[in-house]
Amino acid sequence: MSQAELTTSVRRVGDTLSIVDIQGEITSFSEAALTEAYSQASRGGVNTILLNFQGLEYMNSSGIGLLVTMLIRANRQKQKLAAYGLTEHYQQIFELTRLNEAIQIFASEAEALTALPQE
Amino acid sequence: MVSEIQDTEPRDAAHWAGPVSRLKVSDVPRGAVSLNVEGRQVVGPLQGFGQLWQKTYRLRLAGAEASPAAVVRYLKEKLPELMPDGSRFYPSVSGVKPGEVVLINATLPGIPGIIATGVMVLYSDDESFTLMCPEGHPEAGWNTFSAFVEDGTTVAQIQSLARANDPVFEFGFRFMGGSAQQERIWHHVLGGVAGHFDVPAGVEFHKTLVDRKLQWSQARNLWFNSAIRSLLNAPVRFLRRLRGAGSSG
Repeated sequence: MSQAELTTSVRRVGDTLSIVDIQGEITSFSEAALTEAYSQASRGGVNTILLNFQGLEYMNSSGIGLLVTMLIRANRQKQKLAAYGLTEHYQQIFELTRLNEAIQIFASEAEALTALPQE
Repeated sequence: MVSEIQDTEPRDAAHWAGPVSRLKVSDVPRGAVSLNVEGRQVVGPLQGFGQLWQKTYRLRLAGAEASPAAVVRYLKEKLPELMPDGSRFYPSVSGVKPGEVVLINATLPGIPGIIATGVMVLYSDDESFTLMCPEGHPEAGWNTFSAFVEDGTTVAQIQSLARANDPVFEFGFRFMGGSAQQERIWHHVLGGVAGHFDVPAGVEFHKTLVDRKLQWSQARNLWFNSAIRSLLNAPVRFLRRLRGAGSSG
């Protein structure tokens, strides 16, 4: 298996919400990219980080583990983690690993931004 | 106009267990005690009580002509034999496949008798597989066995991301030698891998305290504690064995 590729970009919405757009594969090789994305997304008083999984192409169990550690880090900073753009398959993975009990899942960015505070 | 929504199944789809609400034990291998698995939910690193640890055990197979797929194939086939005495794994007849249940009968320091529990194969591909714990298991979380190439050398790795399921197990891990025993087990398994591939058994070990907080809301997990339930069930198993011995011959 070649080293998987993950690219991320961070957008700010309002004063307290960041969106992390995820493109590619989340595996054990994604740790540095996800850590950097989280750091960028957390800057400047952000208390909600919204993960956009529309571009997710592949994720293995090591990848899910990285999301768990990201969640723990966010909780430590009193930040909320939420997600949208998960296909039915990845929603099932979130349910199977019970990540859905800690990460709120929305059907779309619009629905997420309506529900989540940004100021 | 072509829809932007991708309908094709993702490449990882076949590697994950299907949706499961409660575990089912389809067959009980000979010699195994099946207890504390049937009907249980799986529990991840977010559902347990204790501190969350990530423990990584790595073995560099320097000089061995072993691909990552060959290493993981060996681990899948031989995991029961690689386990040390006192920790027996019983895969189903289907082996290490997504969704399958592996029964475990083990001993823990300070606890009489065996603890009967199990794990579910959460994920399995050619170069890794992950076992996820059920309610009542000493840990809530999962263990990933994998192999990959690093700097031209195949590395075998076992990585756990888990916390004690309830206060009794947290006490056992911290103060009764449970944590040290667990670490010895995985050192032993990788030692067996080293022996098979004829490389020195130098296991690198690293652990990180990911979350130091106890999750008191999960203290109620004690209800499913497999050590307590195994102990309470022991007289029943003993009587069954007596009855079985009395009716034979």
